[in-house]
Amino acid sequence: MAPQTQVMDLLRFATVGSVDDGKSTLIGRLLVDTRQLFDDQLEAVAHASVTRGVGDLDLSFVTDGLRAEREQGITIDVAYRYAATPTRKFIIADCPGHVQYTRNMATGASTADLALVVVDATAGLKEQTRRHVCIAALLGVRRLIVAANKMDLAEWARDPFDAIVTDVEQLAARLGIDNPIVVPVSALNGDNVVDPSDAAPWYDGPTVLGALEAAPAGGWAGEGKVGARLPVQWVLRHPTGKRTYAGMVDGAPLAPGDEVMLLPEGIRTTVRRVATADGDLAVAPVGRCVDVDLADDTPAGRGDMLATAPLPEVTDRLVATVCWFGEEPLTTGQRFRVKHTTRSTIGFVEHVDARVDVNNLTLEDRDYLEANDIGVVTISTADPLVVDPYGHNRITGSFVLVDERTNATLAGAMVGAPSFAAPQP
Amino acid sequence: MTPTTPAPEGTAVPSRVDHLDLLESLAIFIIREVAAECERPVLLFSGGKDSAVLLHLAVKAFAPARLPFPVMHIDTGHNFPEVIDYRDRQAEAAGARLVVASVQASIDAGRVMDPGEGASRNRIQSTTLLDAINEHKFDAAFGGARRDEDKARAKERVLSFRDRFGRWDPRRQRPELWQLYQGKVNPGEHLRAFPLSDWTELDIWQYIERERIELPTIYFAHDRDVINREGMLLAASQWVSPKGDEVVERMTVRYRTVGDATLTGAVVSSATTITAIIEEISTARVSERGATRGDDKFSETAMEDRKREGYF
Repeated sequence: MAPQTQVMDLLRFATVGSVDDGKSTLIGRLLVDTRQLFDDQLEAVAHASVTRGVGDLDLSFVTDGLRAEREQGITIDVAYRYAATPTRKFIIADCPGHVQYTRNMATGASTADLALVVVDATAGLKEQTRRHVCIAALLGVRRLIVAANKMDLAEWARDPFDAIVTDVEQLAARLGIDNPIVVPVSALNGDNVVDPSDAAPWYDGPTVLGALEAAPAGGWAGEGKVGARLPVQWVLRHPTGKRTYAGMVDGAPLAPGDEVMLLPEGIRTTVRRVATADGDLAVAPVGRCVDVDLADDTPAGRGDMLATAPLPEVTDRLVATVCWFGEEPLTTGQRFRVKHTTRSTIGFVEHVDARVDVNNLTLEDRDYLEANDIGVVTISTADPLVVDPYGHNRITGSFVLVDERTNATLAGAMVGAPSFAAPQP
Repeated sequence: MTPTTPAPEGTAVPSRVDHLDLLESLAIFIIREVAAECERPVLLFSGGKDSAVLLHLAVKAFAPARLPFPVMHIDTGHNFPEVIDYRDRQAEAAGARLVVASVQASIDAGRVMDPGEGASRNRIQSTTLLDAINEHKFDAAFGGARRDEDKARAKERVLSFRDRFGRWDPRRQRPELWQLYQGKVNPGEHLRAFPLSDWTELDIWQYIERERIELPTIYFAHDRDVINREGMLLAASQWVSPKGDEVVERMTVRYRTVGDATLTGAVVSSATTITAIIEEISTARVSERGATRGDDKFSETAMEDRKREGYF
């Protein structure tokens, strides 16, 4: 056995959809049927189910682990679960469906490569499902697997399933998502989740697990559109007096000899060495934490960014798409702390430009945003930010707005305005 | 040391990273963010395998410079001697200042009730931990907790906010989007930072093997006098002796977790190498907490309840 030489493929996905459509039950089913749960964990779920009078085995209890969640029978916050099949590892973010907990859903979806959308087949696509799919798409998720759930309650009829397929395809097209896969399932009974089912002889597509295993990992929207990016986290001071700059490589690989710009200063220099604590690297791939030695002893500090072409923009005024989580409305003139990559500064909302209507995927004129709204704002910052459009890079294209008094994170923001396709006639 | 996955000849350099490299990098990123954003972080070090990995990562994050924060052990007084020896050597090797906060001192000072001779001090160590955080004005405490350990941990953010009473409120967690770890707190409040959130037990062992991280000897199979108490194999010690018709048996065991010696159970095992341990846990049917922690058997939400009070 040589696990250290195995390169395991990793897929991060988030469940999205409306409350009570069965997201947690589906994840519970997926984990139980792929034998990811230990015997004592399964026993504990069974025991809690019986104690709370919700049957022999309430699969939603596999991820709904908080007292309040079990009491109310809903998911409040994201549960992260880990699963492995012979072909890949999964990091699963089981997100809440309730509109009140949109901030938690956005937390789970912000790092996902794929969204597993759960729809109640007896009810079809609800507004909340559309909102979640819309948020996932705005966050850059470009792959959808849709579980048309509760097919047992729909008596495995083809019509409600086909209606969901039509709605999903229309929605995906508007959001620029190709080839969504829709699977008819009963999470409760386990049909088409891990094991194929005879209940729907008219369906010849994959099971949910089959679709998850076949989906390309990574494949995030912006891959390959920008050069290397390294936001400086920390200045490493060597005993020799030398300084190197530590951070995570993003956008594209970084290698010794690369011509880089130190931004926002705009100083051109060359990468002398790229190393980790284990020694020099010939090339540092995306996602690797490294420290970088610059030629000419160019001084840099936390919050600066090293970048190769195509270069990011340096700006103190930008248009952004925001998910607003604050209890109080977001209005023109409000002031926040802005955290973008490793840089923190002060930002003003110059203008609230529009609100996204998640049902029609249109922008409506609105000069304020309420809790859980998605909108477009113009922000100016006290110090310049080094940004890429969010559609080109997730790390350099995102920032958060933080309450200066309480330190609460009030909004997730993405550089650029959303672009929706025109509705089908 | 394993080299980075080499790029195939004549192709573009892949942007893929081996999953252990990915986990390592994300953990190092988190450790550096907290060190940069917080005034006085501390790393909680129990001498267990997760904190061993955490300390190893922290050292790597700042090498060749010294660790920019101290290491703290919350000492229940119910220790395995091998672990205390290991703790002292590791802190010294890391060049870190070791702070020991003693549960016995909390009992002596009247801060907490002594649960009695041989009774678990697991729950009351939260008070010792919070007192130490206040005393030293720590605003962030790194912990080795993983989300795959427990259903309440599975819900917790990487940077987890604690109010000025040290409480976790699972209903009001800060949104934590992308890799924007936002670590600002007001005076009296603090953060718990969990760089190993996304690691599984198997990832930990594979990483220990790859990095050749030294562990306390009790993780490997050895002969020990144990008492079978309701299915838990507790080490016979000055705190644990047979009750009723219990007997002391000599068995070949190892520990899957390290905690308070009065309630951490051993598992029957012949695994004397890390490779053998990886094989063993790959086929295990019982979770590491289920196999070894008496404290979580009492209630459905034992971990959540302890965390709300300020536990690790």
